[in-house]
Amino acid sequence: MRERRSDMDRQAILKVESICKYFGGNHAVQDVSFEIYPGEVVGLIGDNGAGKSTLIKMIAGVHRPTRGSISWMGKKLEETNPREVRDRGIETIYQDLALADNLRVSSNLFLGREQMKKLLGIIEILDEKTMLSQAKEILSRLDIQIPDLRTTVRDLSGGQRQSIAIGKAIFWEAKLLIMDEPTAALGVIERANILNLIKKLRDQGVSVILISHNLTDVFEVTDRLIVLRRGVKIRELLTRETSESELVQLMIGSAN
Amino acid sequence: MADDQEKTASPFVAVLVGASKQWILLILIAFFAFFSLAAPGFFSVLGVTNIAVYTAEPLLLALGETFVIISGGIDLSVGALLGFTGVVSALLMKALWLSTHNVTPSILISAVAGLGVGTALGAINGLLIAKLKVPPFVVTLGMLGIARGCTFILTAGHSIIGLPEVLGIVGNYYIFGFLPISALITVMLVLLACFILAKTRLGRYTYSIGGSRQASIRSGVPVDGYTIRIYALSGFMAAWAGILILARFSTGSPLAGQNSELNSIAAAVIGGTSLMGGIGTIPGTVVGALIVGVLLVGLVIMNVQPYWQMVSVGGILILAVFIDNIRYRRGNAE
Repeated sequence: MRERRSDMDRQAILKVESICKYFGGNHAVQDVSFEIYPGEVVGLIGDNGAGKSTLIKMIAGVHRPTRGSISWMGKKLEETNPREVRDRGIETIYQDLALADNLRVSSNLFLGREQMKKLLGIIEILDEKTMLSQAKEILSRLDIQIPDLRTTVRDLSGGQRQSIAIGKAIFWEAKLLIMDEPTAALGVIERANILNLIKKLRDQGVSVILISHNLTDVFEVTDRLIVLRRGVKIRELLTRETSESELVQLMIGSAN
Repeated sequence: MADDQEKTASPFVAVLVGASKQWILLILIAFFAFFSLAAPGFFSVLGVTNIAVYTAEPLLLALGETFVIISGGIDLSVGALLGFTGVVSALLMKALWLSTHNVTPSILISAVAGLGVGTALGAINGLLIAKLKVPPFVVTLGMLGIARGCTFILTAGHSIIGLPEVLGIVGNYYIFGFLPISALITVMLVLLACFILAKTRLGRYTYSIGGSRQASIRSGVPVDGYTIRIYALSGFMAAWAGILILARFSTGSPLAGQNSELNSIAAAVIGGTSLMGGIGTIPGTVVGALIVGVLLVGLVIMNVQPYWQMVSVGGILILAVFIDNIRYRRGNAE
């Protein structure tokens, strides 16, 4: 029994097989394959136009692959509906974070999936109390410090907003979190907080695909790296076995 | 850059901007005090009752308008929907009454039908905005023309008279001798709007769609469906206004609700609803509508031509949006 369990742990949760995306004559992604295992952080790196965004949008269900297949937990993901992909446990955080600035922290965490209660046994109303206490719970589990969850998101710092976006994504038991440049606009301390948060997620068994231009971030937090160049997967390597200069050469293509 | 603007802005503007909510209440009190002194008879049971009656119509329209504007849209068709539903109800009522001679069922059925028609036309606004992606300004301006035109076509431009007498009696009934029935219904609809905006999914999504449509879509909010509901609610409120006016005058006038989109948008915006979307409250809108109503009644009692009310409301509307813009820019600069 124990053996079987560890067997399952080693099984890939996400399997991308020979995936291609063509926009007219533009081969944005060409024949890329990789796997993601439970509880690992994988860096997706490459210069602008390398196909990183197109690749994650296919996983998130925004784009339909021209060819190839994506399997999630052993089943093919064939729908292109982002909502269904999310419901299955793959959450994507884009750079614009998708938060409603005018709503409270707790309302943002529950946006689209509000907790309701019955008034007089018939009318469904928002259950703010439950939402506030559940929000408090999840944020403290992730060590995200927001003094008052009734603050509107507009009044938070960039790092806090990023934390809320992450908290929102994993609130609903996401097994895989895809993050697009999560530290791009952050100061030193906030950047460190976000990287710690990513490590914490990994320790809790969540897998993370991290897109980043910042190689310092990549070295600090990832276990494995996938290097893309002009839509093609150039190399896949373990972070601890490479160096910054090797990565730069792979990304820009001056070494082969 | 925004900082520079702030520093060079006059103290007058700074006061107005910092002012916001509580000051709107003070402006209302100031207007009220002014007319109490300047217009003999304004500050009396009759005067206050009149304010309640004359505030009811812009307020009902403004309730729906508040939802629409918070969601980041605009509804220019509310006045035309008011007129159309009033006339449809009147025609149906007359036909039912003349054929069945049953007064109460005729009135009730046609009132409910009117509410249905208003809600349906509002939903069509929402449908066109959500599914065809035509901007709200264009859809509702088009609906203004369509609904007002159909109103004139149905009535050939004449008022519909000869409605059951009971209608006028009910429409002008004062509960306990001082509370107009239209005011009571308006209060109930205000409470309903407060409840929906604060306690239900529809309210939450009204704010979230106005705050960030993109975030709402990505979070799985069925944005199209809720857009339709928001405009349907606006049509529903406009239909109530149409029916209350029909009851008060006991006549279906094709002119009812003309230009009242001005009053309703002004009431919402004066009350702190932001045309940028995402911000607004029902209590704010109530205060905004009272300012509109106090102006109307006050000017009439002072024997000033009532058209000055339109002039002043128009001026206040522009001022309110100007202040909102500065507040928005200041918010973005932070």
